[in-house]
Amino acid sequence: MPLPPLPDSAIAIAVDADDWRAAVRAAGSALAASGATTAAYSDRMIDVIEEFGAYVVVAPGLALAHARPGPEVHAEGISVVTLAHPVAFGHAHNDPVQVVVGLAVRNAEAHVASVAELANVFNDEGVVASIARASAPGEIRALLGAPDGPVHGGAEA
Amino acid sequence: MRIVTVCGVGIGTSAILKTNAERALDRLMLEADVTASDVDGVAVAARDAQVILTSPELVDRVRAAVAGSHAEIVVVQNYFDVDEIASVLESSIG
Repeated sequence: MPLPPLPDSAIAIAVDADDWRAAVRAAGSALAASGATTAAYSDRMIDVIEEFGAYVVVAPGLALAHARPGPEVHAEGISVVTLAHPVAFGHAHNDPVQVVVGLAVRNAEAHVASVAELANVFNDEGVVASIARASAPGEIRALLGAPDGPVHGGAEA
Repeated sequence: MRIVTVCGVGIGTSAILKTNAERALDRLMLEADVTASDVDGVAVAARDAQVILTSPELVDRVRAAVAGSHAEIVVVQNYFDVDEIASVLESSIG
């Protein structure tokens, strides 16, 4: 199963984020801009990190921001934010973060296959640095193997 | 054998850990049933599990949630490092 579509609206390059909250909020804004979520999903993702800590920093330089499925999610979606300056999330081993991937899923069961695809991408340990260096949305889509196009489902889903 | 992977909300990170744990098991030529769970569900999900995989940030919560269980709790730093996952799995079950 391929990743959800990653339109240009879901990608933000060289974002200036002062702290991890701003970095997560940028990933949330991109998810909202693509139509996958409402703007409030950013707060849900921040809540998860405040509740459980920086475990979302799953690999060196990479945060996988996400929240529970809920009314803020219109459709399965991912967003990608690269940071102009690396930001500390408070993870003992994988800080600082250069790339934030935002993930929105509609239910916990359906998403496993597309997340497994993310695992395939990031098992290549050089890919975080390559995404961090990318200067155009198309490069990031190619690195992730994600399709272009609108997110599925839309507001009515 | 049963293995449970745990993250805060049971989506995303635990699914990545599940995928890469299965990959690590293949490499070790071991068979196991791997399930993803969230912290709230881990007590039930891990009832008959031998190994629980989670992150350093969550290990204390997981330990409290499964108090009394015989499952071994194993910490993974880099969820995408199949070598690391294979090595921690091998030392706990190999």
